[in-house]
Amino acid sequence: MRSIGTVGVVRFLHSVKNSSHNAVLRSPFIYSVARPGLPESKPMTKPSDWIICEHCDAVYAPAPLLSGQKSLCHRCGGVLERGEVFSVQQLFALAVTAAILFLFANVFPVISISLKGLANAATLLQSVEALAQGQISLIAAVAGLCIILAPGLQIVLLCWVLSFANVGLRAPGFKACMRTLEQLRPWSMLEVCLLGILVAIVKLGGMLDVHPGLGLWALAMLAVLIILISGKSIRRLWHVYEGCE
Amino acid sequence: MTDGQTLPMPAAPPAFEALEPRPPTATELGLVLCHTCGLACAQDAGQCPRCDAALHRRKPNSIARTWALLIASLIFYIPANLLPVMYTNLFGSGSENTIMSGVIEFWKGGSWDIALLIFVASVAVPCMKFLVLGTLLVTCQRRSRWALRERSRLYRFVELIGYWSMLDVLVVALVAALVQFRSLSTIEPRLGILFFGMVVVLTMLAAMSFDPRLIWDAEVEEDV
Repeated sequence: MRSIGTVGVVRFLHSVKNSSHNAVLRSPFIYSVARPGLPESKPMTKPSDWIICEHCDAVYAPAPLLSGQKSLCHRCGGVLERGEVFSVQQLFALAVTAAILFLFANVFPVISISLKGLANAATLLQSVEALAQGQISLIAAVAGLCIILAPGLQIVLLCWVLSFANVGLRAPGFKACMRTLEQLRPWSMLEVCLLGILVAIVKLGGMLDVHPGLGLWALAMLAVLIILISGKSIRRLWHVYEGCE
Repeated sequence: MTDGQTLPMPAAPPAFEALEPRPPTATELGLVLCHTCGLACAQDAGQCPRCDAALHRRKPNSIARTWALLIASLIFYIPANLLPVMYTNLFGSGSENTIMSGVIEFWKGGSWDIALLIFVASVAVPCMKFLVLGTLLVTCQRRSRWALRERSRLYRFVELIGYWSMLDVLVVALVAALVQFRSLSTIEPRLGILFFGMVVVLTMLAAMSFDPRLIWDAEVEEDV
């Protein structure tokens, strides 16, 4: 392993491909072999500000990004950071909207069917319950986590954290909330659920009368909102509270 | 930039191969990334000073864990395909469907688009995950320097599409909840869907426990 002292002073700019503009990321130290006689390099920023690529471990100094910009790792091509699209206030507004839509999506049926005068409708919870039959109940727990519990908890935690951030305060239990949000992200699958409903509509449409319910429209909007607010953009709250323990 | 000790600044973004030297890695600088909050922490800290999450240079036992989860999911994939996932009773005629027979039924019924969608989500995606994760594991164990960037991209792709396999589980849940007309027509889930759901969960866990930085470690080690 090379120590910091042996890293040379050579510097170069990493031009970074991005969607709309060119953001430039600079390596905090430029990697090179140690050259005796050269002064030791001074880092341009403090190490805690540096960005480490989660895909390949490369280190960069942060570069300011505009909304919609993203910086890519020069080594592996992975996304390092994305520019902020929404302010904290906007995120909070979207989180509250998501909470209302979540209620609608869960209270109202997502699909209803009718067959020879008989009618039936299913909400999200009833769909999960339909899987809870004897041996296979475990899969009901997985489905419940993916389409109800994980998104619901995400919305509750986001509303909690953002409602305090919106007025400049640090929410009680901030660290635990943020850690839980990170862990919930891969298990929240509302967009898959949305596609599942559309497939079910087509599947049943051949033999029965199928009507999309109010819950479906709420769910469609909710799926978009969750994608917008539950991404890694929430991580910037960590910077907001830096140094105010 | 003209003192002879600096590198010429590239006029345009250079091709990856042309980029020498490569950027420094966190390990070389004595840093470690906190996966929970993204902070660059000192390597000797056991806990992230900002969010209290446990820190490690690489995900612990990444290769062994990923192999274990991958093999478990492969084993579950057999009953997931052989056992019926759904029992359909329409107007008195009952039948059991496996995943493939459901796809074929859609295909024959004329809705090739839905057939293709379910085929991609339930067959193509899990099989691709097995192949890709297997390839990544073998190449990382052999410390291969082959196609580093492409393998890295492949991993990100697998992580991105992996959870769409849950589609079939949710479709079965929805139609089973809807079609409940007692003696007239019913649809019930069957054991196969449990195994299939477990395959999806296990491959997701396998992808999460794999550390993509292991792909790049081969490059650093050969440099030293």
